[in-house]
Amino acid sequence: MSITINGREIEATAGETVLQVARRAGIEIPHLCSLDWAPSPSASCRLCVVEVEGAPRLQTSCTLEARDGLSVQTHTPRVLKARRAILELLVASHPQDCLSCARGGDCELAGLASDLGVRRRRYVGAVKHHPADISSPALWRDPDKCVLCGRCVTMCHDVQGIGAIDFVGRGFKTRVAPGFSLGLNVSDCVFCGQCARVCPTGAIVERDQVDDVVAALADPDITVVAQVAPAVPATLLEGHSKSEGVRTMLERLAASLKRVGFDAVFDTGFAADLTIMEEGSELLDRIVHGGVLPMFTSCSPAWVHYVETHRPELIPHLSTCKSPQQMAGALIKEIYPAYAGVDRDKLVVVSIMPCTAKKFEAQDLTGVDYVLTTRELEHLWGRFGVDFAHATEQTPLDPPFSEASGAGRLFAGSGGVMEAALRTAHKLVAGKELAGDPKITEARGLDGVRRFTVSAGEAELGLAVVNGLGRVRDTIDELLNADPPVHFVEVMSCPGGCVGGGGQPYDTDAAAIKERLQRLYEVDRRSRTRRSHENSEVQSLYEDLLGRPLGEVSHRLLHRTYTDRRRGDVAAV
Amino acid sequence: MNESLLTAPCCRQCRHTPSTPCSDLIECIDHGPVCHDDDGCRDERARRLARARRGGDGMVLFVGAGTCGRANGALTVIAKMEAYLQHRGLDVPIVETGCVGYCQREVFVDLVTADGVRLSYCDLGPDTVDEFLEAVFGRRELHNRFLLGRYDDPDGLYGDVPPLAETPFFARQTKVVLANCGVVDPASLDAALAAGGFRAAATALVTMTPEEVCDELIASGLRGRGGAGFPTGRKWKVALEQPRPQKYLICNADEGDPGAFMDRAVLESDPFRVVEGMVVAAYAIGATKGYVYCRAEYPLAVERLREAIRQCRAAGLLGRNILGSLTDFDITIKMGAGAFVCGEETAILASIEGGRGMPRPRPPYPAVSGLHGCPTVLNNVETLANVPAVVNGGAEWFAGLGCGDAAGTKVFALSGRIRNTGLVEVPVGIPLREVVYGIGGGAPAGHHIKAVQIGGPSGGCIPDELLDVPTDYGTLQELGAMMGSGGMVVMDERSCMVDVAKFFMEFIRNESCGKCTPCREGTTRMLEILTEFTERPVGDDLRRLERFRGILHLEELAETVKETSLCGLGQSAANPVLSTLRFFRDEYEAHIMESVCPAGACQGLRMYDIDPEVCTGCTLCAKNCPSGAIIGKRKFAHAIIVDRCTGCGACADACPKQAVLAVA
Repeated sequence: MSITINGREIEATAGETVLQVARRAGIEIPHLCSLDWAPSPSASCRLCVVEVEGAPRLQTSCTLEARDGLSVQTHTPRVLKARRAILELLVASHPQDCLSCARGGDCELAGLASDLGVRRRRYVGAVKHHPADISSPALWRDPDKCVLCGRCVTMCHDVQGIGAIDFVGRGFKTRVAPGFSLGLNVSDCVFCGQCARVCPTGAIVERDQVDDVVAALADPDITVVAQVAPAVPATLLEGHSKSEGVRTMLERLAASLKRVGFDAVFDTGFAADLTIMEEGSELLDRIVHGGVLPMFTSCSPAWVHYVETHRPELIPHLSTCKSPQQMAGALIKEIYPAYAGVDRDKLVVVSIMPCTAKKFEAQDLTGVDYVLTTRELEHLWGRFGVDFAHATEQTPLDPPFSEASGAGRLFAGSGGVMEAALRTAHKLVAGKELAGDPKITEARGLDGVRRFTVSAGEAELGLAVVNGLGRVRDTIDELLNADPPVHFVEVMSCPGGCVGGGGQPYDTDAAAIKERLQRLYEVDRRSRTRRSHENSEVQSLYEDLLGRPLGEVSHRLLHRTYTDRRRGDVAAV
Repeated sequence: MNESLLTAPCCRQCRHTPSTPCSDLIECIDHGPVCHDDDGCRDERARRLARARRGGDGMVLFVGAGTCGRANGALTVIAKMEAYLQHRGLDVPIVETGCVGYCQREVFVDLVTADGVRLSYCDLGPDTVDEFLEAVFGRRELHNRFLLGRYDDPDGLYGDVPPLAETPFFARQTKVVLANCGVVDPASLDAALAAGGFRAAATALVTMTPEEVCDELIASGLRGRGGAGFPTGRKWKVALEQPRPQKYLICNADEGDPGAFMDRAVLESDPFRVVEGMVVAAYAIGATKGYVYCRAEYPLAVERLREAIRQCRAAGLLGRNILGSLTDFDITIKMGAGAFVCGEETAILASIEGGRGMPRPRPPYPAVSGLHGCPTVLNNVETLANVPAVVNGGAEWFAGLGCGDAAGTKVFALSGRIRNTGLVEVPVGIPLREVVYGIGGGAPAGHHIKAVQIGGPSGGCIPDELLDVPTDYGTLQELGAMMGSGGMVVMDERSCMVDVAKFFMEFIRNESCGKCTPCREGTTRMLEILTEFTERPVGDDLRRLERFRGILHLEELAETVKETSLCGLGQSAANPVLSTLRFFRDEYEAHIMESVCPAGACQGLRMYDIDPEVCTGCTLCAKNCPSGAIIGKRKFAHAIIVDRCTGCGACADACPKQAVLAVA
């Protein structure tokens, strides 16, 4: 079928909206509420209105489905006038403190105001005034800047299935708030940060730690080291030449980080390999010794927090392994002082993560001091005048944590932990490597729940990959009681895994996530080592320090306990 | 337990029970028994019916105890009656009814005389009920100052009493929906059955197919009475044609327009008619589950509806295999938590599903994908209450009720500056003047009507000189008003039209769900501009300038909000402003240019002056001024500091010498 937009005939498929068709054709229709992930359009901002031939009223293109013979005009004087009028209304109640806003220079609202020619504040009257909420260790809210587009609510309710925030109040007093208008810290929030990633303004942002990092870098007595999560280079490649790979990007990142004063840069992918050694062994141990099954991964801190707050009875199912960030942090603090001859008390570990929940994890455990999201990295560059897009310098990452296998890099995508674990588990169980290409297709993809079985030796392993917290609620109980039983479940909190994390760039859409996954598959395919247990640094770590997986030292450094954080009567708080 | 005698078996031969329902149940009430021939049973059934029709044996008292009656003291009236009757040793049952529509003259008390004629008395209250009782039961004076009229009098026993239907308030009305209101006991299924209830349900379920019911409704021309006026039958047909097995029917009783109370009156006065309408509608669309979404502010309506549903269930008129058919249907009452927007159909769906009551974009329309994604028909109370009449009277009869092309009747709630407030039911399309002057009696003595506000916050004001227009959907829309739910607020020369626009704008500003930008933000700005008009300009030049720019902004905002809002609430939010601007622009100009409110209604523009010749210096005005705007020494003339005065008029009220005068 084809529809006509501004006189141009454009192919469209059934179910596509005019907004989507237009975007594909390079016609940008402004919008604030539309969201790739929303199960149905909320149509609340009304900015995407278009003129439809034969219809008396303007219609929102986000709800208008393509149909044969449909003819729309997207930028007529009538449409432009209506859009500007709507935006003027949003601007009128906005605090307009753009100079000191976390989204300064990067704000969708400001961008639209510029595009639509809003050059003055037309209406003099009430502006919003609600208290800010800085109670959360991961996410800060400033409802005054909120345009009530509802994207955050859609993510929290419909996509992640948490429902920690919702609209409160009526009319002009409407705002988005956690239950009882209390702080996010005592809400059902699991800090996944999907709300912040989709917010068009500075109404929900990650808790900014750039200043803390800058202060540490400025202190000559302090040694500052960074670890970089595998999702970060896979993301930063956006807009770069296709030939450049994840590994090169990682080395460019290392060079720039050192330029601004970091003493060493490590690859969190190394800790991912280590996680596989520990977690794979733990799984086998549970299977052999009749431990609690199925075992859930514990790499995703928002998922861990979900279990601790929403389903604490599932804690025994969580792997006791720390997340790769915390494994790396613990090892850096354990080994690096002696390795580099620095004072352990003067060592600051900064991790660069696609994740906001890692900020909570860093506060909860001891291995990491500060967490910068992919977005905050931009601010760090800004602080030091680094033109990262054009920086070509490359530096290898620093030993003893410089190396990651292809499997370790896969951690950044949904199904990656599963795939990496299976490659190593096969060796552990069957005593020999998976034959041929170790790619495990069943684990890959973006489906919400992927279940499959593999036979390792005599045993048939039941496996499941859950992509996004949204599917946890309706799946988890089924997985617990499945017949034949499920042994191992990977849960990633964010859509597509860490590449779609809450700390990722604002323009992350479904297509971007797919591309990032492809880059991960590509770097895995091209890696010399594709199995975690082949990582030579991991091997020597076991020889020198840890002994064996699940050993005594491992337990001290690489494993953790969990806390029942079930919310009591929140109203009484 | 089924306490309905009319649906109870007459003898052992009668096979009907609520759990094994009989398709002849309703037929049996009128002409029973159908399944066997027995004179004794026939007599017994006739006796039951006659008694139910009359309300009891011997004398019966009916007291109008809807919300309007209760506000006028109906419950005290009843208590006093009971005490009186007990004291006199009289055994006269007292039946609570709903509202007969003439709210102005509540409390209504009807007396069924020993000879079976029903006389209607009004203007009663806690203070006058004793006088009434003494007249009727003491002195046997049935003709007393409270008597308004009589109901049927086949034997001409009360020839000198005018039939109620011919008294001025009722004479021009055509009662279809309100036929039983205030007449029949709303808490008794038997009373409803005796008054013709459930005949339509029996006709539809036993003798018609769902398609035929839908077609009958389409042919009747019945349109939604809740506001938008969508043809009811067509909506049903869409839902009927959906292949999904689960379908829902929702009765929208979230009546929230200021000055609208017809749904409340129908639910309080004749809940069985609504239940019957729902049964027919459910059958027509194939729904097995129904909801009545009623606002929690209508406790009496909810109570009476709940009782009606209980009795219908007990009698097998709700539940499984209704009237021996394959139709299963039951009704749940869902109470709204007081949000105006929850009268919008998609917001109702969200609310019933347990979410926040916010509208969603349409399509998909609820008839295709509604509650829990299933086909759902939402009809307003009045619409559903029309359904039995359509089925009973036939499409042709119903279509003929209206004037011109319009079909059926519409209930209007008359309030404001009018002699007769109350509910009136008139043929759709009757000239507005007929309603306001003919039935409502025009403005109170000494005043004249300026405008009529129709359709609540979504409607508009129609000036007196245009009142000859017909009250049909299209005409009202052309005039910037709308049929809406049928609230009519009458305004005389003391009402300020800017103030009226401000009132409705404030209502919408507060009730906007906050979802879409134009409605949430636009109504706030419009209210600010209107507020600016109604206050004296003070402060800096910028604010004074805003008053003049305001009128331009107001028109532009109104257009934007109207054109781009998500739901009907927002799309019509600007109507009160647009219609007053259209017909009363001079009043706006007086406010803006001259800072004068011609009607003297806007407090912020009122100014007072103290006549020094008259003032005795008693200081009362200064003591009562809330803003400290009056100065003066004791026993010397006082003066008002204009800049501090808020125009509240407390000084004028306090002055014993009438020395404080309103100026401008």
